[in-house]
Amino acid sequence: MAALQCGDFSGADSETDSDAGRHAPSCVRSETRMTKKLMKGSEAIGEAAVQAGCKLFFGYPITPQNEIPEYMSMRLPQIGGTFVQAESEVAASNMIYGAAGTGERVMTSSSSPGVSLMSEAISYLAGSELPVVIVNIVRAGPGLGGILPSQGDYFQATKASGHGDFRVLVLAPWSIQEAADLVQDAFDLADFYRNPVMILGDGLIGQMMEPVEFSEGRTPIKELEPKTWAATGCDGSRPTNVINSLFLDPEELEQHNIHLKEKYDQMVADEIRVATYGTDEDYDVLIVAYGTVARVCSTAMEELREDGIKVALIRPVSLFPFPYKAIREAALKAGSVLVVELSTGQMIEDVQLALARSRPVHFHNRLGGMLVSPDEVVAKVKAMLGGQSEEVLHG
Amino acid sequence: MAETVFTRPESLADVSTHYCPGCTHGAIHRLVAEVLDELGVRERTVGIAPVGCSVLAYNYFNVDFQEAAHGRAPAVATGVKRARPDLIVFSYQGDGDLASIGMAEIIHCANRGEKITVVFVNNAIYGMTGGQMAPTTMPGQVATTCQLGRDVDSAGHPIRVAELMATLRTPAFVARATVHNPLVSVHAKEMLRRAFTYQVEGTCFSLVEVLSTCPTNWGIPPVEAMGWLEKNMLPYYPVGIFKTPEGGSREPKPLVD
Repeated sequence: MAALQCGDFSGADSETDSDAGRHAPSCVRSETRMTKKLMKGSEAIGEAAVQAGCKLFFGYPITPQNEIPEYMSMRLPQIGGTFVQAESEVAASNMIYGAAGTGERVMTSSSSPGVSLMSEAISYLAGSELPVVIVNIVRAGPGLGGILPSQGDYFQATKASGHGDFRVLVLAPWSIQEAADLVQDAFDLADFYRNPVMILGDGLIGQMMEPVEFSEGRTPIKELEPKTWAATGCDGSRPTNVINSLFLDPEELEQHNIHLKEKYDQMVADEIRVATYGTDEDYDVLIVAYGTVARVCSTAMEELREDGIKVALIRPVSLFPFPYKAIREAALKAGSVLVVELSTGQMIEDVQLALARSRPVHFHNRLGGMLVSPDEVVAKVKAMLGGQSEEVLHG
Repeated sequence: MAETVFTRPESLADVSTHYCPGCTHGAIHRLVAEVLDELGVRERTVGIAPVGCSVLAYNYFNVDFQEAAHGRAPAVATGVKRARPDLIVFSYQGDGDLASIGMAEIIHCANRGEKITVVFVNNAIYGMTGGQMAPTTMPGQVATTCQLGRDVDSAGHPIRVAELMATLRTPAFVARATVHNPLVSVHAKEMLRRAFTYQVEGTCFSLVEVLSTCPTNWGIPPVEAMGWLEKNMLPYYPVGIFKTPEGGSREPKPLVD
């Protein structure tokens, strides 16, 4: 099989791996690694946070992410950290607000209905510019929905994770190794931007077991300033520090909104992460998918290539900021584009925005916790090339 | 040389507040500030401001502060205290904030025994939003959302927070005080001093409910408001100590001997 390329990646050199579909390498820079260890995704996420200096975890049980708080409740006391099982996701998310306000590294995790409850605090965290890492192991909805994997929270994560005019930096891993790497990077990004960073996974990421290795002597991916803004008591050597999102003066609030927008613009300029597979060769169809669905698509891509069908894959790793330019450039080399999602059509809107109707966009999905199979993707691509698939014009 | 016998506490910022004439928030702020000064903890104190009339408390105290979402101050305080157990952490909350939207947060914070101090100001009404009914509004008391007076058949009876908190098994210091005249204010300060002292010593969660006036939204002049509090609130909300970590009585004790 041809080399799958993982490039156009801020802060990282292009990686090449010939077995992307099977081993799903992380698209994070390579460093000195420790010995590989077989870990469940949830545990790897927890351990990655600990390795990144997270000493505090506040959470509330919800399936399918319970192994993350369970791991942290065991692990954090070992390093002198603290785990608190909150009375609700509302409380957990406000506890991370308080802890982040002291300048310590803090994380919570939840799943879709729980993240909805956290949306209040996420808005306050963004408004007060507090760095936290939030893991959302997405389950199918709406409402109580189900407990199986879904990508139905794409809109919530990338467009509206709370009231008001703000953004959350969203990273979507496709493997356990990448989940661990992205969690570690998330802490640096949160501190650098003083903004919540969300890891958007699904039950597959949480439950799968894969070999993981953690970077030894990891250095932050950003140059981080001392947290002089933290509210930790004032001895008079500086004015009192106040962690706050209240601006009753509209002129002040407008300036605050402009300041926040400048941070989001900087994220768009510097933090886009996208992985491409087979885009250096000729291809007729470009597949766009993220997270575990992209992994299914990479398997489908291998099968299609064995049948002589030229296809490439592009995988957004950062969902905000979204890789509009990279997708547009890759799509322009193809005749048509296929978006595959576990939703009724959410990321497809960003793909359509990127393409501005320059290429026909087709869509394949499964819902309710059902998974996309490689065979379905193969059949869909063949249908597209055989003129038996309708393009999707709106959403 | 003249001796200074009265001055602004260092923990209180040298600013005017936005509180209405006759409101006792200012007096309660001062008592808290005096206690922080006297315990010598100002430089390691972090306050948590609520949503409500005291939303701007961070402007009035000369200590670091975090502004919480409505009702979430005990959760925010938990985050601060767990991250930095060496800090003295207090939340300052009104009755809508603590006893309505934030009831889950305050109960569980107390039940976990978070070593923080809660200053709970009960004026029996929503002040900031314009005089709506609070969980602590008295039966028959008129508010903008119960214009014929609180009907206990549909709105229930006022919640007695101090009594409720005292039922928890976890050790805590829970007291109620009032500041409607100078004498009772001395007692209120003593309750606050004990509450903060328990935190400084790392003993337990502490909460002091302080009865307060709201002349603007009660619709009566400030001096009459003090009398209204004494006549209508005090009998239903008795002052005293409801719980101590040593296992003290749940029964309220008389204010003065």
